[in-house]
Amino acid sequence: MAGRVFGQSIPRNEDPYLLTGQAKFIDDIELPGMLHAAFYRSDYAHARIKKIDVSEARKLPGVIAVYTAEDFGEFVRPGPLQVPPPTAIKGSIFHARPLMPIAKDKVRYSGEPLAVIIAENRYIAEDAMDYIVAELEPLPAVTDLEKALEPGAPLVHEDLESNLAALVKQERGNYEEAAAKADVVIKKKIYVDRGAGAAMENRGLVVNWDDRAREMTIWATTQAPIPLRNSIATRLGLFEEQVRVITPFIGGGFGPKIMTSQPDDVLLPIIAMWLKRPIKWIEDRRENFLATTSERDQIHYAEIALTRDGIILGVKDVFYHNTGAYDPYGMTVPLNTQTHTVSCYEVPNFYTEIRMVFTNEYVVTPVRGAGRPEGVFVMERLLDYAAQELGMDPAEIRRRNLLRKERFPYPTGIIGQDFVEGVLDSGDYPETLRRVMEVIEYEKFRKEIQPQLRAQGKHKGIGIVCFTEGTAVGPYEGARVTVGANGKVTVATGISTQGQGHFTVFAQIAAEQLGVDVKDVNVITGDTGHFHWGAGTFASRGMGVAGTAVYNAAVKVRQKALQFGARFLGVSEDEVELCDGKVCVKGDPSRSMPLGEIALKANPTRGTIEPGVEPGLEATAYFGPPYGATGAGAVAMIVDVDPETMAVNIEKFAIVHDCGTVVNPLLLEGQVMGGVHMGIGNAFYEKIKYDENGQLLTASLMDYLIPQATDMPKEMIVEHLETPSPLNPLGMKGVGEAGAIPTPACFMQALEDALYEYRLQIDETPLNPSRLWELVQQAPKK
Amino acid sequence: MTTHTIKVKVNGVEYVREVEPRRLLSDFLRHDLGLTGTHVGCEHGLCGACTILFDGEPVRSCLMFAVQANGHEVTTVEALGTPEKMHPLQEAFHEKHALQCGYCTPGFLMTLKPFLETHPNPTDEEIREAIDGNLCRCTGYEHIIEAVKLAAEKMATRS
Ligand code: FES
Ligand code: FES
Repeated sequence: MAGRVFGQSIPRNEDPYLLTGQAKFIDDIELPGMLHAAFYRSDYAHARIKKIDVSEARKLPGVIAVYTAEDFGEFVRPGPLQVPPPTAIKGSIFHARPLMPIAKDKVRYSGEPLAVIIAENRYIAEDAMDYIVAELEPLPAVTDLEKALEPGAPLVHEDLESNLAALVKQERGNYEEAAAKADVVIKKKIYVDRGAGAAMENRGLVVNWDDRAREMTIWATTQAPIPLRNSIATRLGLFEEQVRVITPFIGGGFGPKIMTSQPDDVLLPIIAMWLKRPIKWIEDRRENFLATTSERDQIHYAEIALTRDGIILGVKDVFYHNTGAYDPYGMTVPLNTQTHTVSCYEVPNFYTEIRMVFTNEYVVTPVRGAGRPEGVFVMERLLDYAAQELGMDPAEIRRRNLLRKERFPYPTGIIGQDFVEGVLDSGDYPETLRRVMEVIEYEKFRKEIQPQLRAQGKHKGIGIVCFTEGTAVGPYEGARVTVGANGKVTVATGISTQGQGHFTVFAQIAAEQLGVDVKDVNVITGDTGHFHWGAGTFASRGMGVAGTAVYNAAVKVRQKALQFGARFLGVSEDEVELCDGKVCVKGDPSRSMPLGEIALKANPTRGTIEPGVEPGLEATAYFGPPYGATGAGAVAMIVDVDPETMAVNIEKFAIVHDCGTVVNPLLLEGQVMGGVHMGIGNAFYEKIKYDENGQLLTASLMDYLIPQATDMPKEMIVEHLETPSPLNPLGMKGVGEAGAIPTPACFMQALEDALYEYRLQIDETPLNPSRLWELVQQAPKK
Repeated sequence: MTTHTIKVKVNGVEYVREVEPRRLLSDFLRHDLGLTGTHVGCEHGLCGACTILFDGEPVRSCLMFAVQANGHEVTTVEALGTPEKMHPLQEAFHEKHALQCGYCTPGFLMTLKPFLETHPNPTDEEIREAIDGNLCRCTGYEHIIEAVKLAAEKMATRS
């Protein structure tokens, strides 16, 4: 449905500022009299606090204040719980233990703040840490998800009977009955370990309390400006209108920046109010690893029941999910795992059980993919084991089980993170698989190329997997579209932007409706002073939900422009149309009025306006879908493994993806490729590793490996299928997480195929060369 | 703490400033001179976001002290082009969508500027090697590689 500017590969409005170093990021903000904060954090993961002596630190020249839990008094209380408990799921158990802003009595993860230092500059604030003496009595740490639930395990929260944070069981059909009738049942234990969001910009906060105006302005690197404002106002006992959260340019989000209750979010506004001076805090990379949320970390006991022909009869998955020391973000991640395990396949019987566990590690909240990669990894691995067992081709077993087009809308019987039953709205899954096989030349590789390579002793393998991506979930977002007297358009919406290109794609949506140039649309995101209703940027919902609100508002403004224009031109409404930034009389372009002039006249300073007419060329609209739109796709990759070093060279990567209507193909491609990058990291490089004492072993970019340019596929093919979603007027679905979801599963299949003679059954992600080497050593070489 | 007087030429302008010996060059550029186009992603030399030109060579400004720049010449992204008149490399990044959040971008640009001067016609492999020390979390690098090739073309036709 490409239009004049809709559906076109338009380069971004925001680029020139970013490219020339003119864009303002959080650490670029300087305010007169600004102080700097640093957090003194616990080295122990689990310990009782005996005493924290900050008296020497307070004496250091340049130190303004040092605070511990004691000083914050009643402000030290947990919360808020950012996502409510899953009461929509019958029989679910959920123990809410939202984050503590600062450790009191007990430390529950390494990196938990014990004190906050405020100083004239960051160097002095960090110096002061050396003068703090914390007496802590270490306790045994809980880090093993299964042992954590055994009787007698140390307790993270001593007021609970065990470390069980939540228990959720869902079933459609009856798995046990299906398994009893199956020809083959395969059972496996599968691990999906932790990775970081690792945005290139760490988090940060600048707070300014204007004591005379009684107003607080907060600049934050947040994905959820409105919830952040609301929680700060509530804690401080202020009206929401007294607090304004502004997001400057943000250097990447990827999930963790959705949090609104991390210690800095809570404590710094309080301190700014007390000291009546602006405060800046910029997280460093070590803190980002220690104390910004991360994700994955599940252990699955999974089984699949099939007929001899490879038709799935049922899937069962009981999994342990690590929530870390607290569970402020509810069950979003493991619920996404539940809804994405069977994903694109016809699975008549499915049992899924979450055992969410508290540990002495930092909190788990969504990171690009958010539980979906885990579900897809489990399912795709099960299909690979089944294909091996049945002697079938991996592509063929998938083809046989993919949901067919006629099945939409397809209710899954499983309630998801949005607390409604997941319904797959639309798509053509078999076509994505067929097409990805075509573009990677699957048959040719298998039948012609690979046999020759194997004869030469080469280890080149192919992988192919399918996936879905539940996106664009509710509750809602809104937007306001305004035409100014200059004839240019402003779009304001409540979500915030971390590089997705909203400044351009939202402009395209509005420009298409109003017939103006994309460059003449100014998009404002993430500023509660401009728009203060909404939930935030998560679950690939920017386009599908906020984008639809922009569309709805732009349509209203268009109608208003025609209405006002016709009246001012003295003709009837059906005689006018929009032409190039003007309202023109059809067939007589000499009679026209520019939008700017209409906007001016629509906002009269004298006279009266007719009842029911709202002034200005402006409209606000909201959009909330009944359930999320589901994107889908298939990926394939060819890897070349060096069996000596286990270095993996990805020669080719192909993805055929369907996210409904495409607004900007260039930006869409960028989103997909970025997701694939994280997926490759999650498969072979990136691992957040805690030891048995709860010590983080990977707290620098030296230890935590983010794929570099040479690690990426040497050839990348990205194709789109466009099956419009019936859930919104433009037919859009989200795409932000697509690339990250299927990639680890595909990577493992390709590795097994490359190292075929070892008959590997990889049941964990991420790997790395040495871990792969170990697996090969343990393998029963044929 | 004692301070030192340093004299540094940054983007063609000579600055004389008092700095503590421990002040990072990245902090000096960003917070003392207000040249905030140079970004800081790790402060331990691994992300490349803070890359600047030091006497014409790309270096990581988070791994140097400001005092080490005394008597030297520094170039930052601010000298490359303006929003109204971008350098061909910046134009190519724009056209190929080689940036998303843009946080890593100044580091890439400052790494690539000298690279393109010595490699007017680079291969994919050379480009990958050249940017291997710069991390980007958003793009997957593919569009950056395309942009470098386009920039090389633009620069060849303009010179
Ligand atoms: S900030 Fe200098 S290399 Fe990362
Ligand atoms: S564009 Fe965001 S890190 Fe490179």
